[in-house]
Amino acid sequence: MIAVYIVIGIVALLIALFVLTFNGLVRLRNQVRNAWAQIDVQLKRRHDLIPNLVETVKGYMKHERETLESVTNARNLAQQAIGKGVGAQSKAEADLSGALSRLLAVVENYPDLKANQNFLALQEELTSTENKISFSRQFYNDSVLGYNNKTQMFPSNIVANVTGFKAGEFFEVEVAAEREAPEVSFS
Amino acid sequence: MWEQIRANRIRSMVLVAAMAALLLLIGYFLGVAFLGSAIGGLIMALAIWIVMTLVAFFQGDSIFLALSKARKIERDDHPRLYNVVEEMKIASGLEKMPDIYIIDDPALNAFATGRDPKRASVAITSGLLQKLNRDELQGVIGHEMAHIRNRDVLLMSLCGVLLGTIVILSWYFTRMLFFSAMFGGRRSSSSGGGYAQVIILLVGIVLMILAPILAYLIYFAVSRKREYLADASSAQYTRYPEGLASALEKLGASTAELKSANQALAPMYIINPFRKKGRAATDLSSTHPPISERVRILRSMAGGASFADYNAAFSKIHKGGGSVIPQSALAGAAAVGLRAAGPEAAPLEPEPGKVERTREVSDLMWRMNNYRTITCDCGTKLKVPSKFKKANVRCPHCGRINPV
Repeated sequence: MIAVYIVIGIVALLIALFVLTFNGLVRLRNQVRNAWAQIDVQLKRRHDLIPNLVETVKGYMKHERETLESVTNARNLAQQAIGKGVGAQSKAEADLSGALSRLLAVVENYPDLKANQNFLALQEELTSTENKISFSRQFYNDSVLGYNNKTQMFPSNIVANVTGFKAGEFFEVEVAAEREAPEVSFS
Repeated sequence: MWEQIRANRIRSMVLVAAMAALLLLIGYFLGVAFLGSAIGGLIMALAIWIVMTLVAFFQGDSIFLALSKARKIERDDHPRLYNVVEEMKIASGLEKMPDIYIIDDPALNAFATGRDPKRASVAITSGLLQKLNRDELQGVIGHEMAHIRNRDVLLMSLCGVLLGTIVILSWYFTRMLFFSAMFGGRRSSSSGGGYAQVIILLVGIVLMILAPILAYLIYFAVSRKREYLADASSAQYTRYPEGLASALEKLGASTAELKSANQALAPMYIINPFRKKGRAATDLSSTHPPISERVRILRSMAGGASFADYNAAFSKIHKGGGSVIPQSALAGAAAVGLRAAGPEAAPLEPEPGKVERTREVSDLMWRMNNYRTITCDCGTKLKVPSKFKKANVRCPHCGRINPV
């Protein structure tokens, strides 16, 4: 009789552990999803800001048609990449960041533009949006790390495998493209 | 990553319980000495404590903000500050954007308040807003966000209330004892309680003297730990400890005093507002660790911005080793890289210089005080108070007459 109680007790304990682990996994996965939604909001903001920026800058920058076009193109590509998975999207966004930084680097050559109030406000918005993107990416990656640890470490990996929790994907940055020093020639 | 919140909660419980026990002990002796019954004293102490706690819990942040003469600002009032707060909100993973307040004071300080992350506010003095560049502002706001995120605000206000109750009760106790001795209200002689009562009274007197000191010590110890933790979190959020370090240096070098600071809520500020008059804040604070030390720790965080890096830097500075971050938060934490100066991935910093920042903030203060701004043709900006009744105003610079 006692043996039966012990078995029942162990089974109950195992079920309780299973439920707790499962709930923990769900919580972490939701956090990852929420963090991803945050990135999306900021990326969308950046896409909305760019036409505005190009419009403002166009009048001043007569000789930078190529740079402006590359920004517009990169923005369109980034917008098309939405919904095509974390990998594709992070690649397109990294290209956009590169194009933007090249544009803002040549701004240095146009003192009139730098005095434009409208442009200054846009620049503050853009800088902040870039920051928000990198901070939301940071939070997303931290969340993914926590979630992945949970899905891969013993014993929670058993629960994760049984109930079908898949490891999350990091939002990588193409460091080379982003950190690339813009070439400014004075010739 | 967020385990320290749980570890904190347990430690906070112990702390609050210790202070509550101290309070009840005082109540007990008060009851025995003046009310003739221990229960009466206990009930009195409890009642005062509960009422004050309820007030602090539900109205604490509004009272605190009102006492500090803080004024709420919106996004358009100061876009950069708003953006920085939003950035830190994202980095810390808070759900709700805190309200932002400005205190019109040249002193350099900032604080966070609000009982939980859903109802939180950050406040910053106009002086600090002028002084800091974007990276430094980010560090300071990150520190305040960490206070909100770690629920330090709630804990420190509950402790502050307990401390306040203890101080008030023991103050009245000693006064009452003094007066009853002076004017011969010696009830004990008629009751003939004898030695037992005398001993209880003596113990009570000693307790009344020691209790506030003890309570302050507990309070300060916790507060200092929280400051370290908030610094570590700020470094982790911004990935840039140097920002907070150089902000702290500026804060420490300033000698201006915050006029509207509140003693009980000193731990809420980023640096102790009650340092000695006219002196720099460096190393004089008690609710806060010495600023120079906080700066040194942040500066020696080599190779990473994680809690583990902060902890390593802390033990390097304190020769004996030691640890400020709960073990549970360190376990399983991954390496966190630092970022280079200037925001990662950001193309160019639209960094307004000192003059622009000062102008920005003073314009903001004029606006908030309901002054109208009229730009004269000569380029001078005239600030007209709302009480100004005349139809025209003469520009003091060029003499043109401008319609109001």
